[in-house]
Amino acid sequence: MELTKWGRCLTLFLKFCKIGAFTFGGGYAMIPLIRREIALREGWIEDKDLLDILAVSESTPGPIAVNTATFVGYRVAGRLGAAVATVGVVLPSFLIIFALSFVLRQFEDLAAVRYAFWGIRVAVVALVLGALVSMARQCPWNVVSCVLAAGAFVLVGFFGANSILVLVACALIGLGASRWKVGGMKL
Amino acid sequence: MIFLQLFFTFFKIGAFTFGGGYAMLPLIQQEVLSHGWMDLEQLVNFVAVSESTPGPLAVNLSTYVGAETGGLPGALCATVGVVLPSFVIILLVAKFYEAFQQNPIVKGCMNGLRPTVVGMIAASLLSVGASAFPASGGMVQWGLAAVLLGGVVLAHWKKVHPILLILGAAVVGICAGYAGLLPGV
Repeated sequence: MELTKWGRCLTLFLKFCKIGAFTFGGGYAMIPLIRREIALREGWIEDKDLLDILAVSESTPGPIAVNTATFVGYRVAGRLGAAVATVGVVLPSFLIIFALSFVLRQFEDLAAVRYAFWGIRVAVVALVLGALVSMARQCPWNVVSCVLAAGAFVLVGFFGANSILVLVACALIGLGASRWKVGGMKL
Repeated sequence: MIFLQLFFTFFKIGAFTFGGGYAMLPLIQQEVLSHGWMDLEQLVNFVAVSESTPGPLAVNLSTYVGAETGGLPGALCATVGVVLPSFVIILLVAKFYEAFQQNPIVKGCMNGLRPTVVGMIAASLLSVGASAFPASGGMVQWGLAAVLLGGVVLAHWKKVHPILLILGAAVVGICAGYAGLLPGV
């Protein structure tokens, strides 16, 4: 079945609305859904493309889910496809969160809600810890990367250094160390 | 002009976050606290809400900060701001992605960025920890939080779904509160 460009874009938009509405936790949680909806059902991309797309999404700035949606949309239907996929993936979150922000404001002073959030903040510590461990596992460790991680931790955590400056500086150090193969860094 | 400020702040955050959701937390925290848009406790509460609602964590957080600060237009500005850099960059990269992935400069920068993001998430763990164990807490509350934290970490490690973890912790909080164990909360 050959769809026109507009038909394709409409389908893309609806698919990514669905993906955005049913993904909890963002980025990686979205991949199986994209695979089912876009690769298997529509055959618009192949499994191998999905890996490339994920690799690029990880190494470009921005939310992984948004990067992936934009990239898939572009592969399927060019720039317009990229635009509709991006709007599609963001729209459900936007509406849900916007509605929720009112609800939260109404109830945040209730004792039960304050008690619940006390517990929830403890759970968030565990979630951030989990994210930390899984990111640390993916990171190749050597002398330079250990120094960078420790440096970023101390500068941002204890001296309140500007995160963006720290990121730019560390990217440059990483680039230099990889180029000249200092301290176990390689390209 | 709050809307422009929201847009540019989240544009900056979107342009400098590598690795999605939690990697964005240190940046959002720094910006939101320094502008006085929310306090730390509200932000940490909302990380949990973002995790338990569908959609990308980063987008949820941006929309929420925008909505809290500037209503509907604020939410729009923050969300468009955080998405726009990704969108433009992916469009540029999509055409040449093999060259991009193999590019030694990109690889070198990523070598530096990965450990930095790990260090920065560790830094935001400190402040998230401070919101769960506030100085005003007292021994009973800290002890209770420590036990709860141990349980949640264990459950998380056993791959219990994050939403269940959050719900479970909320129930423990409510029970502890009504049992009179959380006086200052």
